Formats: sequence, C-alpha cells, structure tokens
Amino acid sequence: MIDNNQLLRFTTAGSVDDGKSTLIGRLLYDSKSIFEDQLEAIENTSKRKGHNGVDLALFTDGLRDEREQGITIDVAYRYFTTPKRKFIIADTPGHIQYTRNMVTGASTANAAIILVDARHGVIEQTKRHAFIASLLQIPHIIVCVNKMDLVDFSEEAYNKVINQFEEFSSKLLIKDIRFIPLSALNGDNVVNRSKHTDWYQGAPLLHTLETLHISSDINKIDARFPVQTVIRPQSESHRDYRGYAGRVASGVLRVGDVITAMPSGFTSKIKSIDTFDNKLKEAYAPMSVTITLEDDIDISRGDMIVRCNNKPDASQDIEVMLCWLQNETAKPRAKYLVKHTSNEEKAMIKEVVYKIDIKTLERLEDDKSLNMNDICKVRIRTTKPLMVDSYRENRTTGSIILVDEMTNETVAAGMIV
Amino acid sequence: MSKYYLNYIDELESEAIYVLREVWAQFQNPVILFSGGKDSIVVTHLARKAFYPAKIPFSLMHVDTGHNFPETIQFRDNLIKELGVNLIVGSVQEAIDNGRVAEERGKNATRNTLQITTLLDAIETNKVDCAIGGGRRDEEKARAKERFFSHRDDFGQWDPKNQRPELWNIFNGRHFEGEHFRAFPISNWTEMDVWNYILKENLAIPSLYFAHKREVVWRQNSWIPNSEFLKLEPSEEVVQKKIRFRTLGDITITGGLESEADTLEKIVNEVSTMRQTERGNRTDDKRSESAMEDRKRQGYF
Ligand SMILES: Nc1nc2c(ncn2[C@@H]2O[C@H](COP(=O)(O)OP(=O)(O)O)[C@@H](O)[C@H]2O)c(=O)[nH]1
Ligand SMILES: [Mg+2]
Repeated sequence: MIDNNQLLRFTTAGSVDDGKSTLIGRLLYDSKSIFEDQLEAIENTSKRKGHNGVDLALFTDGLRDEREQGITIDVAYRYFTTPKRKFIIADTPGHIQYTRNMVTGASTANAAIILVDARHGVIEQTKRHAFIASLLQIPHIIVCVNKMDLVDFSEEAYNKVINQFEEFSSKLLIKDIRFIPLSALNGDNVVNRSKHTDWYQGAPLLHTLETLHISSDINKIDARFPVQTVIRPQSESHRDYRGYAGRVASGVLRVGDVITAMPSGFTSKIKSIDTFDNKLKEAYAPMSVTITLEDDIDISRGDMIVRCNNKPDASQDIEVMLCWLQNETAKPRAKYLVKHTSNEEKAMIKEVVYKIDIKTLERLEDDKSLNMNDICKVRIRTTKPLMVDSYRENRTTGSIILVDEMTNETVAAGMIV
Repeated sequence: MSKYYLNYIDELESEAIYVLREVWAQFQNPVILFSGGKDSIVVTHLARKAFYPAKIPFSLMHVDTGHNFPETIQFRDNLIKELGVNLIVGSVQEAIDNGRVAEERGKNATRNTLQITTLLDAIETNKVDCAIGGGRRDEEKARAKERFFSHRDDFGQWDPKNQRPELWNIFNGRHFEGEHFRAFPISNWTEMDVWNYILKENLAIPSLYFAHKREVVWRQNSWIPNSEFLKLEPSEEVVQKKIRFRTLGDITITGGLESEADTLEKIVNEVSTMRQTERGNRTDDKRSESAMEDRKRQGYF
C-alpha cells in the first residue's frame, strides 16, 4: 500500500455550472472514496432541495454560504486514493472575482483539469483558466469536454472544442495538454470508459490521472536548499552539533559536495545529511533533512545552500509576473515585505511594465493600476539581494509573495521572470 | 541509481516537517495542542523528527474537559516524560467552577463547546502565538477549507470567507498582538494515511484504539462507554462488548465500534474497509450540517 505510490496534486477549473463539483463528486463516488454517512447526508440534502437522484456536487461545497448559494467561494481540498496513487484535489472557484483563489489552488498543482461545456465550447473563462494554469506552470493540463450527453456524444462537437482550444493555447506555454470527452453527471469516461464514445481512443480521466508522468516535474538539476532554521541541541550527546534544517527545493545534494552558502558566499563541504531515522548519503526534492558542514560558517534562516558551481542569481532588481490578491489597490512605489523561500526582505514595486487583460489576454500598457485579481508584469527592487531562479526553471526559488506590513495581509503572489 | 522521488507517505511527512519548522521560525511561543488522540500523537512524533537531534522546542497544551478517558491522561503523562517537554493544561472544570462558562443542560449535554473558552483562555494566559493542531482537511467539510497557517483574530475567531491566500509553500504568519495562528501540519493527510503512518513508524497509541472489553450503552448508533458522567435513560441498558474507538474525544460522546482488531495491522485493515467517516461516531458533529463550521468560527480546534 505504502510502497511507491506517488502523490498527485491537481486543481479543477471551469466556469460556473460547467460541472466541476459534479465531476469531483463523480470521481470520488466511482472510485469508492465516499463514505456511507457522507452519501446519506447529501442524499438528504438532495431530497430537501427537490433534486431527483443524488446531487454529487454537494460533496465539495463546504461552507454554509457556499451550500446556500450553490457556488464555490474558496479553495476546498479533497482527497482520494486508488491502488496506484494518492490524489489531492484543490477545488477552486471559477468566477473572475475569485481569480486569486484559482491562483492559490494552482500554485502547488501538478495537473489542472479545465472543464468546458460541450454545448458552449471555449469561452472567455476557459481562456483565462488556461492562461493562469500556464502562468503558474502547471506541468499537465487535461481539458475535459463535459456534458457530452447533451450533445449526443458527438465526435464533431468534441473536435470543435479541441480546435477552439488549440487555436489559442498554442500561444501559451503548456508542456502537456490532453483532451477527454466526458459526462460528469452520468460518469462517462470519468472512472469507467463510456459506451457512447467509440470514436474516442484515449483513456478515461482517472486512468489518465493515475498514469501522468510526474517525477520529472521537479527540477533535478539545480541543487537548492533554503535554510529554515538552525538546529543546535546543546545536549550532552550533541554538544557541538550545528545542523541546517530545511527542505530540498530542487536538485540533489550529496555528502561530500562542495557547497556555497548564499548570500555570504562562503564555501564548505557537506559533512552529513541527517534525519531522525537515518544518516543519508544524498537528499533530493522535496525531502526535509538537516545538513551539517565541515566548516563552522555563519548560516542562518533565509540563507540558501547550493552547489558551488551552480548558483541562483543574487539580485535586488527582479522582474515578476504579479497577481494582485487584495481588495485594496496597490499604492505607487509603496513598500512591502517580500517573502521568498525562507527569506524576508523589504521591497518596493518600482514599475508596472504592463497589465494583462485577463479577458482577452492582451497586454495593457496604459492602465497600470494594481487591483484585485489583476495580473501584471512588474519590476521590484529589494533592500538586499534575493537568491532567485526563474519561475519557469524552479517553482520554489522562482516564487515570491508580498505582504503589507500595515495590515499583515498577503497582497500579491509573484512569479520571477 | 535511486529513484529521486518520494512515495506519498514520505512526501506528506516531509511536508509536515517543513510546516513545523516554519512555525518554529515564524512564531515566538508556539504550542502543540495535544488531545491524546492519534492525530496529535502523529503531530508530536513529526515535531520530534523535525528538530532532531534537538528535543521538541514547543510545549504541549491539553484542554482537559474533566470528561476524559483515564487511559488518555495516562498516555499523555507518559509521553511528556519520555519527550522531556513541558505540559500546559487548560481545565474546563476550573472554568465551570469559576463561573467562566456554564455546563450545558439537557439530555445530550456535553462539554464540547465549553472547550472553546478554556482553549482561548489558555492561549491568552500563556501568550501562545501559534497553536499547532492535528486537524485534517478530510475530516469535515469546514476543515477542508483550512490553510496550513490559519489566522485567528483577537477574539480567537476564524473568518473562513476572508482567509489569507496561501501560495506555494510560502506561509505568512505575521499577526498583531493578541491575535494568534493555528497551524495544521497534517492538513493533507487522510485517516488512512495517519493509520498507515502509525503502523510504519510503529507509534505507541492509547490502548483505547485497540479492541477491548468494555461496559457500553447503545446510543445514537454507536457504543457509548459507561462512565461516572453518563446519565442512563430508562430504556438504555449497560452491556459488555468488545469494542474499540476510532477517534478519541470526551468519554461522554465518543462512540466505539464492535471490533476484534487488537493489533495495528488489524486496525489498518479494518479502517481500510470502513464505510463510515470517523466523525460519524461523534455526536458533537451530528447536531447540524454546519456544527463544525460554527464551532470553528468561534475558535474551536
Ligand atoms: N447533463 C449534464 N449535466 C451536468 C453534467 N455535469 C454537470 N451537470 C449539471 O450542471 C449543473 C452545474 O454543475 P456543478 O457541478 O454544480 O458545476 P460547477 O459550478 O462547475 O461546480 C448541475 O445542475 C449539474 O447536475 C453532465 O455531464 N451532463
Ligand atoms: Mg461548484
């Protein structure tokens, strides 16, 4: 059971009523991940609301307001396991005013499911969702053409959606796109292969999710180890122990490697890689370990241990694609706290280069205000250098958030260009 | 050459350790909320791993309702001794005696909601700025919305509609004085993951989780243990059954299930075939569809 099963995190996107919640309910139901008391509870609610049959969508809408209004407001996480994999679903709202929640759900996902209603085809929302998925560099995108039952499972209708999608997605940077015709409501091609789509040669959705090749999604080349905290037991048995605790962000670190501590630039050699259970020879992403070095150099939280011949850029001027998450509009040249891996510095948004019209995906060079849900390219200046990689190469060392020090709120998420 | 990816249980462990280290780095005075149940035992074990070879740098905090299983308290005290950490106890009984809270009345009265006041009082008096819990998103629909770092205002309240966005693994634990955070390192674990992990790590857990003979009463579809706190209805009858508990809460509301599972392997097997959620046996969640959301908003675990 525990052996080699990997974890796959995926997010779901689509317009209101495209069938997101129904699809998740169907995945859980057909993979037997729903418990009897949960089923009973939603059967009762379905009856009370006058639905005929069970409304599988009720599994995912959690907060009272969401159940009452029948919409998803915030990201909800769901879990299911098959003999092949464990899955984490981030169910995100599709509304334009919840773009920020979509970005949140997408930030840790290996895959994105984008739903399209077969009757309506690709609409503005679909494009926006695909854009966000590509912006956040979700490695795999699965376009589910839903409600095929309402178009008589027509191959033509399905192909039309594919063509529409490919027409604009060719402009986006997406590594892996697949398409699946399905009916979330009836379960066609969700877990089980549909009898109504002989013309479709591909696998049902669940099989696709179970077999996506995800081990190569993590950067294995650039060794990056942001230090979270220093471990100094000062106990009888470990009097001089000084270990750097953190999680490997990317790449592989081995005992004996010559490393550089950034930003100080001091070099040393890895003496040991420790965990509670073992002393390891090597550590790779996303392992949490504690590293000790041959030399006593000054390293603390916020520093990064890297291999001496492969370093990130140490830079005070960075260009980022920023998604504004806050109700309040950004003030020009306002100062924020920037959080990057375990590091924190002060920062200023020096310039908004352009804003993206998230309806048309066009660049707006005139409107440079940063309002909630806006996505902009900006230049940021920090008080001290950050050790950065581009987001494209490294989702961990390439991402930042901005925090407003007056309110302590997280106001923006940024991907380093 | 080795495989260079983690299996899911190792990835979940690594994620939880990362969260615990972030808590330690971002807060002045974090504590682990320790109930004696399997989830808080797992969190405590993970904390041990996160700071090894140093000992756990947090205190453990227990909200004692006075309606405990004696086995849980025994287990707690042994663990504290073994780990050499400090224990903070918030007492609901004391709050009742002081008139801070009043005991619920009626047939299904419990001390469940009374814990909120005691918990918040203990957080305030001990100047705790982050309380680490064993909450999991798969437990309940309101919990499915929780962040790893979850903000509480100066009344200890949760505002689920206005949560800080949490992107990648960059956690923002900044807060004003009087506010605090809850942190949930095992957010992404399911009940099955917890059991598989307990088995894999061979963790000690209270004997209550294993099948044992006990005096019980059939009430609200489960076997409620007989105790000095239980008021019997005329129609109810105390019987002997071989049962075990799937979750541990107050002795007054935690229902057991009939079982022969008396080893960890057997429990894991049994849990994997269960068709009811673990909270299905807890009367505290049966009160209404949003019972958990309502309590959480007020400051519940
Ligand atoms: N006919 C048909 N209806 C569907 C299908 N999937 C979802 N629906 C219906 O579409 C409506 C919206 O579904 P829901 O899952 O709530 O959409 P969401 O807003 O994307 O979460 C509901 O009435 C569903 O029953 C499908 O495959 N076929
Ligand atoms: Mg929905």
